[in-house]
Amino acid sequence: MEKKIYLDNAATTKTRPEVVEAMLPYFSDMYGNPSSVYEFAAQNKKAIDEARLIIANALGADNSEVYFTASGTEADNWALIATAEAYEAKGNHIITSKVEHHGILHTCEYLQKRGFEVTYIDVDENGVIKLEQLEKAIRPSTILISIMFANNEIGTIQPIKEIGEIAKKHKVLFHTDAVQAFGQLDINVKDLGIDMLSASAHKLNGPKGIGFLYIRKGIRIRSLIHGGAQERGRRAGTENVPYIVGFGKAVQLAMDTRDERVKKEIELREHLIKRILTEIPYTRLNGHRKNRLPNNTNFSFQFIEGESLLIMLDMKNICASSGSACTSGSLDPSHVLLAIGLPHEIAHGSLRLTLSHENTMDEIDYTVDSIKEVVDKLRKMSPLYEDFVRRR
Amino acid sequence: MYTKKVMDHFSNPRNMGEIENPSGVGTVGNAKCGDIMRMYLDIDDDGIIQDVKFKTFGCGAAIATSSIATELVKGKTVQDALKVTNKAVVDALDGLPPVKVHCSLLAEEAIHAALWDYAEKNGIKIEGLEKPKDDIHEEEEDVTESY
Repeated sequence: MEKKIYLDNAATTKTRPEVVEAMLPYFSDMYGNPSSVYEFAAQNKKAIDEARLIIANALGADNSEVYFTASGTEADNWALIATAEAYEAKGNHIITSKVEHHGILHTCEYLQKRGFEVTYIDVDENGVIKLEQLEKAIRPSTILISIMFANNEIGTIQPIKEIGEIAKKHKVLFHTDAVQAFGQLDINVKDLGIDMLSASAHKLNGPKGIGFLYIRKGIRIRSLIHGGAQERGRRAGTENVPYIVGFGKAVQLAMDTRDERVKKEIELREHLIKRILTEIPYTRLNGHRKNRLPNNTNFSFQFIEGESLLIMLDMKNICASSGSACTSGSLDPSHVLLAIGLPHEIAHGSLRLTLSHENTMDEIDYTVDSIKEVVDKLRKMSPLYEDFVRRR
Repeated sequence: MYTKKVMDHFSNPRNMGEIENPSGVGTVGNAKCGDIMRMYLDIDDDGIIQDVKFKTFGCGAAIATSSIATELVKGKTVQDALKVTNKAVVDALDGLPPVKVHCSLLAEEAIHAALWDYAEKNGIKIEGLEKPKDDIHEEEEDVTESY
């Protein structure tokens, strides 16, 4: 296919033209600083308020509970570090899972170096966290539970409501990294008992470089950046007006189109999964079969390595990603794939394809045909496959 | 990320396959780390490598280094093949990204392992050839921590 087929929407998405259009005036026409008093700047303050309200409504939150950040990772860092500092007197124990994004895991490691204790909860073979283990891990010194809404690699959706109930029962704060879920899944922070939630615009057809942290009213949390009164004094610095406006627009469009988008993505996803699993032998689907993000697929192809698979697909104009070590610069494959119990060599041969509403059935069919060809080529090169055939 | 040469050898690997009843065969690396390389050598009575084939499980760089290594040793004497270093492999590919240099070490090791097998089968000693390590990754340094 001449045209590029983009199947890496969990990495980032295309910014919608309507979003770009909404952002543009705020660069060179309405460039005033929202903190200024004159009318020229006041409209920018209004634009920020509107975007904040759209996001708050999408979460079932109050607009005073949404704080803009520069990324989902920044929101994750803030939620963990600032909660740890604010509640240090109560305790020094944090609970998270083994399948979190590095925005959480590396922040936890940082906190451990500063004397905090962190428990990493296991997941089952589908990537669902073990609720019993979570509840048992709670101690009097536990101050925070941070469990992602849905996994970025294998798409598994966590039992967020149940976690919220456990957290409430034990009077522990509950933060969720919803970077992959926001815009795709129905999220109501009040119904789900979520105290803090991180999200990012560029995963839902908004611009890169803007995210937010929802902080429930009444939660003591340290300011992230000290300075002016922006973001209620909790994250100082002149607001990124065009990006905030773009984020608001992207969320509005995501909410308006969610039902039809999700329906189409699931249709494409199921077709993709069915064809791959029936037409390519020695292949498995990673993540929960049903309870997964509408646009996520993740496969392991035995006897081959993910990076070579990605490069060969790139030659066929297909953009995808892998949990292989060779794509991360370390020797270990994806921590998520290891956490669901895959042996290293199977984890190395993984392929993540994450769809968007813009993909077509033709693209999916072309992709499956290409994967079949490439997997076959790489298996013929593989000493592991040679050994397997000999033993058979 | 990769040079044209690497991409060429990756997309059109030279000497990929197996040799029936090889003079020597060596397999190095491990699946845990994500690369395994196997080299087959066909060496004649004068100690000249007449044919060489490879099979590799690994990334683009691992496949490309295997392919170029087969070209570098084909037609050479056992002694000259021994002189093919990982640096020669990297140079022949016009360079490799730093994180992929270990793949070239693997290629050197794979040749040595196949030569060792050949020497053992024939009860000869090859000057300058040491017994190959089981896993070349064991001595690799940890990724630098950044806090």
